[in-house]
Amino acid sequence: MLRFDDKGIYCEQADIYIDPWKPVDKALITHAHSDHAYAGNKAYLCHKDSVALLRLRLGADINVEGIDYGQTVYINGVKISFHPAGHIIGSAQIRLEYNGEIWVVSGDYKLQHDDVSVPFESVKCHHFITESTFGLPIYKFPAPEVVHADINQWWEKNASEGKNSVIIGYALGKSQRIIQHLDENIGNIYTHGAVDNINNTLIQNGIHLKETTRVTPELSKKDFNGAIIVAPPSAVGSPWLNRFGPFSLGVCSGWMQLRGARRRRSADRGFILSDHCDWQQLNEAIKLSGAENVYVTHGYKTVFAKWLRESCGLNASEVDTLYENDEEALAEPLPAENNDENNQ
Amino acid sequence: MKAFAALFTEIEQTTKTNAKVDALVRYFASAEEQDILWCVSILIGKTLKRNIKTTDLKMWAAELAALPFWLFEESYHIVGDLAETITLVLPEPDTEKDYGLSETINFLQLIATYTEEQKKEAIIERWAHMQYAERFVFNKLITGNFRMGVSKQLIIKALAIHFSKEESLIAHKLMGQWNPWEISLDELLLDESVTAKGYQPYPFFLAYQLENPPETLGDISEWQIEEKLDGIRGQIIVRDKTLFVWSRGEELMTDKFPEFAALKDILPDGTVLDGEVIPWKEGKPLPFAIMQTRIGRKSITSKTLQAAPLVMVCYDLLESEGEDIRQKPLSYRRAALEKLLAEVGTDANLVLSLKLQCEDWEAVSMVRDKARNGNYEGVMLKRLDSVYETGRRRGNWWKWKVDPLTVDGVLIYAQQGHGRRANLFTDYTFAVWDNDVLVPFAKAYSGLTDKEILEVDNWIKKHTIDKFGPVRSVETALVFELAFEGINHSGRHKSGVALRFPRILRWRKDKTPAEANTKQDLLQLINAQDS
Repeated sequence: MLRFDDKGIYCEQADIYIDPWKPVDKALITHAHSDHAYAGNKAYLCHKDSVALLRLRLGADINVEGIDYGQTVYINGVKISFHPAGHIIGSAQIRLEYNGEIWVVSGDYKLQHDDVSVPFESVKCHHFITESTFGLPIYKFPAPEVVHADINQWWEKNASEGKNSVIIGYALGKSQRIIQHLDENIGNIYTHGAVDNINNTLIQNGIHLKETTRVTPELSKKDFNGAIIVAPPSAVGSPWLNRFGPFSLGVCSGWMQLRGARRRRSADRGFILSDHCDWQQLNEAIKLSGAENVYVTHGYKTVFAKWLRESCGLNASEVDTLYENDEEALAEPLPAENNDENNQ
Repeated sequence: MKAFAALFTEIEQTTKTNAKVDALVRYFASAEEQDILWCVSILIGKTLKRNIKTTDLKMWAAELAALPFWLFEESYHIVGDLAETITLVLPEPDTEKDYGLSETINFLQLIATYTEEQKKEAIIERWAHMQYAERFVFNKLITGNFRMGVSKQLIIKALAIHFSKEESLIAHKLMGQWNPWEISLDELLLDESVTAKGYQPYPFFLAYQLENPPETLGDISEWQIEEKLDGIRGQIIVRDKTLFVWSRGEELMTDKFPEFAALKDILPDGTVLDGEVIPWKEGKPLPFAIMQTRIGRKSITSKTLQAAPLVMVCYDLLESEGEDIRQKPLSYRRAALEKLLAEVGTDANLVLSLKLQCEDWEAVSMVRDKARNGNYEGVMLKRLDSVYETGRRRGNWWKWKVDPLTVDGVLIYAQQGHGRRANLFTDYTFAVWDNDVLVPFAKAYSGLTDKEILEVDNWIKKHTIDKFGPVRSVETALVFELAFEGINHSGRHKSGVALRFPRILRWRKDKTPAEANTKQDLLQLINAQDS
């Protein structure tokens, strides 16, 4: 029912694309990250919590419609519904059913609970399309509560040593997750403009977020004493950081699992916190889906598809997509100019 | 080993040298004597004998993690470090136990006597008792090549703080070979009669590359100027009628250089010479390629001895008649060296380093420019009143190497790096044009900034044409300027040339592949150098 072409994942029966990277008439969007939600489509359909985010990022005038998880729409006989993917707020797996055949496009997803987005719900299907960003057995993410406790401990230690804390995470998704688990008893929480823009959009749309303060030029150095500042990757190495000195720099990413990546970042601390699945979560999700056909996209797709074929007895193949620019799927995000988060 | 693993973690989590030193000092203050000795030994880069085969380790880890072997190999390839890969894939520990550092080392030495089956059982048992950090350190001890992000200089600093001693004394005491099982901390570090260990070399004094124009060094008459030779830096020691030849890497090379064997009877007792061991014929150095025929060779035949005869070009005298004269000015040491070599005569394979007579800095610069034709690397500038310091220092000694040769090459293959560069395409192969075909001529790994590495990595991932195992071939598009120290004919490379120390100088975003250099250009460089 679905096929992969040069524009994205195409459903001929419904004449719709899912997460297309070239302009089409009707696009179904799994979530609002820039490599899944491109500009230029005539019409968008996404989860209701993604609507405001798409408008923020692609323009207020786009033609976008939002639906709730579990709600069903029919397009030319194809039954379509959105289900929680647990990746970021508004992220969805898209289920398509036609003539008894069921496909699920999972977009980006995780099984860990982040207490911000609606947790992943497994959907039974015959054909499952999965990412493989961390599709190697070396990726075993620690329990999020352990990581959040580490972050708070690090913040507290910095504060006691007279240092401020700057913590880096993507503006949409990771930042909110970090903020929700910070312990305000330690100090004030400040945000970079890119993070604050996203937060405001979410708050205006009824999402509850912890109170934070946007970093503005009027604030003086002493306002940041003992504080934590949440900023996107584009801030690393930029003069914007100078006002917070002396500070300790922490980076939150699944890539921090590897020592090489930790050392490459000139960060003081790397926290293993990801909105993607690790090895165990990927395998569990695929098993739960009951799918016999698995299509592996962005990440370690060759290796992961081979594993599914040879060790799990599944009919798995790798698929080329352009979801390689995922804000986290990039082995390491490029600083500044190549990052759309830089709209401070 | 919890304490040692915690030290490791603490050091890894900071980029500040003071924090690293603090962590070391705290470890020294709380650890057992035997553990401190082993900690120092490991951190200054002494390796343990490997008693377990890499393949065995891989197979046991894959088996425990219930992974097919190919998947373990793929994972290893991405991580770039075997110890870390094993640590990551192993299942969680069942019960924890704390083994001491020296107890662990004892275990790893003892395991040599075990049968294969016993080895497997013993290692698996240890793995099952350790958390991530200890497991990683444990695996690092097994696989060797333990790098922790602290330089020897920092260890010396921390030891000096902890024991309230001079850094130079600690540096000296740590030189050479010592066995943590057979020595006490007292003997190793605190006993101040330094000649107690007759074989022990002095810490080398190393120079930085000159950073400012030579005119900034002041009056040229205050400087000693010598050719910078491209051999192996070493110390020749004769004490108690016994000869020791040490390399700068603190490797004892006495047996590799039979040319010097007679010196134990020729040089007076209590002599330490500092100089360059180098192949030499008719009063001139031979190319470094000839030296390479001597290094790494286990047995030395008379044929190799003839083809690559070695001398030491001596440029400093550190100990004279049993007296440590490093604190005397260079002019004094040089005079003593000249006197000594004159007495020894010309048959001893010791050559006095030539003092270059230059009227002004302009003249020095001209000598430097001719370095490549004369098989030397540049010039050394040493203040005549300088004492012999320890380690790499600025100010009194400078090296002033000749500018490297450069060539523009096209990126054709890329491979992922290891360690700090794991998971990124950082190992590149470059090609030049041979008519309308690109022929590979050099591999280079270093020279780009971290930001450029990310950019190139990203580009490679999107412009791959083909994959051969770990190697990717990429579209013909990116041009880089490579620098290198020397170039020679080579039958082993497709391009017919071999470069010495190639590295990336810069990314030529302004150039198209058509503007890259040709094989003919490279051959001309060789001709120019040989003429």
